[in-house]
Amino acid sequence: MLVWTVLLASVLAVGAFLAGQTRASALRVAGGPALHSLPTYHGLFLASGVITGAVVAGLAAILLFGTQSIAVPAAAAIGAAGAGAALYPRIASAFRARNLFERFVLAVLVLCSAVAVLTTIGIVFSVVFETIVFFRQVSPLEFLFSAQWSPTSTPASFGILPLLVGTLLITFIAILVAGPLGLLSAIYMAEYASGRMRSVLKPLLEMLAGIPTVVLGFFAALTVAPLIRGSGESIGLTVASESALAAGLVMGMMIVPLISSLSDDIINAVPQSLRDGSYAMGATKSETIKRVVLPAALPGIVSAFMLAISRAIGETMIVVMAAGLAANLSINPLAAVTTITVQIATLLVGDQEFDSPKTLSAFALGFVLFIFTLALNYIALRIVQKYREQYD
Amino acid sequence: MTEVRKGLIAKRYATERRFRIYGATALALTALFIVFLLADIVIKGLPAFTEPRVKLDVTGAADKVDAAKPAAGDYEAIVREALRARFPTVSGRAERRKLNGLLSQGAADDLRRMVVADPALIGKTFPFAALLSDDADLFYKGRQTGVALTKGATSLQFAESGEAYVITGDVAGLSPGQIVLVNEGALRITGIANGAAQAEALARPVTLNPAAAGGWNIMTLAKPEADRRISDQEIIWLEELKSEGVVEKAFATRFFTSGDSREPELAGLRGALVGSLLTVLVALALSIPLGVAAAIYLEEFAAKNRLTDIIEVNINNLAAVPSIIFGLLGLAMFLSFFGLPRSAPLVGGLVLALLVLPTIIIAARAALKAVPPSIKEAALGVGASHQQAVFHHVLPLALPGILTGIILGLARAFGETAPLLMIGMVAFIVDIPKGFESAATVLPVQIFLWSDLPEIAFQSKTAAAIMVLLAVLFSLNAVAIYLRRRFERRW
Repeated sequence: MLVWTVLLASVLAVGAFLAGQTRASALRVAGGPALHSLPTYHGLFLASGVITGAVVAGLAAILLFGTQSIAVPAAAAIGAAGAGAALYPRIASAFRARNLFERFVLAVLVLCSAVAVLTTIGIVFSVVFETIVFFRQVSPLEFLFSAQWSPTSTPASFGILPLLVGTLLITFIAILVAGPLGLLSAIYMAEYASGRMRSVLKPLLEMLAGIPTVVLGFFAALTVAPLIRGSGESIGLTVASESALAAGLVMGMMIVPLISSLSDDIINAVPQSLRDGSYAMGATKSETIKRVVLPAALPGIVSAFMLAISRAIGETMIVVMAAGLAANLSINPLAAVTTITVQIATLLVGDQEFDSPKTLSAFALGFVLFIFTLALNYIALRIVQKYREQYD
Repeated sequence: MTEVRKGLIAKRYATERRFRIYGATALALTALFIVFLLADIVIKGLPAFTEPRVKLDVTGAADKVDAAKPAAGDYEAIVREALRARFPTVSGRAERRKLNGLLSQGAADDLRRMVVADPALIGKTFPFAALLSDDADLFYKGRQTGVALTKGATSLQFAESGEAYVITGDVAGLSPGQIVLVNEGALRITGIANGAAQAEALARPVTLNPAAAGGWNIMTLAKPEADRRISDQEIIWLEELKSEGVVEKAFATRFFTSGDSREPELAGLRGALVGSLLTVLVALALSIPLGVAAAIYLEEFAAKNRLTDIIEVNINNLAAVPSIIFGLLGLAMFLSFFGLPRSAPLVGGLVLALLVLPTIIIAARAALKAVPPSIKEAALGVGASHQQAVFHHVLPLALPGILTGIILGLARAFGETAPLLMIGMVAFIVDIPKGFESAATVLPVQIFLWSDLPEIAFQSKTAAAIMVLLAVLFSLNAVAIYLRRRFERRW
């Protein structure tokens, strides 16, 4: 029904546009008063009125009868016709159609910008609401301090600690890989690479950034994990088939482009005069980078790392495919650990009952995740704002 | 200059060189990772684009197919009969079932389609390429076991003893498990004792003539029978078909034209591709107008006040929220609160629209900002209203940049998996989705689903699906880069 309603409203709006335009054009007679607005604007004004009428009446009908009812297109049509009939007589040569239409456009633009805010509110509401319901059934103390996570067993236990440790372990491995690789890549690209090399290297890194995480997850699970397991066992180590190391390594490669492109921008923003000053003192290029450029770029680089950490914590597919489900409280990179995102994904795949603590716990985990990433982003933003060097 | 100083400078230059090498190494490692990743995927995935078929002469006998109702014919029996005709010595229920197992279930469906399209075939004998099962497929692609053939260097005599065979002569070079190919038959050695080898027939020899050196072959299979999904017997049959030259390797169009299936050789991407298309369509239809409008408002009309600041911070934060959280939003809001259908492209599109909205807004704002203010001022100067200046002059100039942002958002939406898991797009769906509200899955989720399946054949399918996904994404990115180069303007 909704598709038909939209189609119907569009047809009516086009009709209104043509009617308004024709009527306004007819007002243009030789020797008569000049039109305030062009005929097009009269048409647009009428069309915007018709659309408003259709939307208001249609929404009311949806609230009353649901989306599937025949009343929806009917109400929209009536609303559109009513608005059209009420506004049509107002078209006159002195009528300020353009100003009214522009006000309508501005209102639409504001509404569109509000969607972003509404999305955030929606996220907060949907997560917080279910989390509160969850904490009515499970004590927050157990959630925060219990060392056991087994939501499907009876009795179920919901201790977030093993998930937190697993998430941080994998994130730590990822940053250990991506930090040096990303930063050194950025330094090389910004300071050493020629223009032609840059034009090859930058798209290459962008390509890596554009690879969907499900592809990286497949690679981690089917190629990297067996490789690590095989080489680990050949030197006598016990390696879980879904080791934290495999997931962490591939996740690290995923965030290399993030760190390198952010750091590259920041290093490029350091003014040339600082470098020239250092060279004039006889410093070599690497000494200049290490002692002048990097300290100047430090706040930005730290904030890039924060964003990378937040990305790694929130990453889902790589860990779902390559890390395990077993909630082991372990910091051994060769053992199988699980993460917050893995648990959210596995708890919510399939049918859910919204009253069981099992489903609700996923929302509580989502809440923790949301707070974590939000805090990291906030810190990143604050660091840049607080320690930004003013060069000009 | 003193020696000490020279040494110091040499040391500093060495540090300089080392530092440079570190940077180059970091980049090389990253590039190596990409090459390794892509090579791994291509090597795994390429075989899935071909499928082996066996050329059979099938007879559309009138007792199996009714000319009035060709669709209801017993095509499975027809194909099986045609295959059995190639192996007249095969007898017994168990052996026959095994032989039938070489064929895919899809072979009968293919034949049905062929006959329904051309009913004149009924009652005639005509060539037909029958699809083989995934195990046979993997065998021909060398993924089941290595096969080594060596010429027999000695002369052997053969004798029948009941069901089994006894091989005498110089049998010192033979070992149990090996297969002796002689007199158009295949004998598997079961044991060697007192200078004679006991053997069982995988294919009965036509005669029992003794074989001279060079007149027979030994087949050695690298993997023991217990460790593979295909038996020695089936391997002998498949090898025979191959040596007769009736096995053809054809491009697997089925991979693009059929939906998902439990049988690896029949599973295709069409359902996932259509699902992806519908989902992305919804996402774009919502996020483009919303995103561009929001960008225009924030960049051109919004007053600099607290409210605008809040919206701006909000958008930046939203861009950094993990995608799985959007899945939670979709589940709690769209499914549970608004009661929209599960697994539907409509809901998937809604979630993805919100997900890519910040990307599009940020890109569109950057594009609008890049248009110099003089353009707008000139328009205002000749009497245009503020909105006329923006919509008639600034927006058209910013359009290429906005388009680039939209394409990058599209690429992101196309490759996104995690939030769609939450809203039920992970179901096993055979049918091609019919509309925005029918159950569907998308390409990345299909990859996720296939990667979880135990059959080796699906591993190859997964990699092939990844190749399709990456091909789409890389071409989208190429278009974005082209647009950027073509329309990039320096003011």
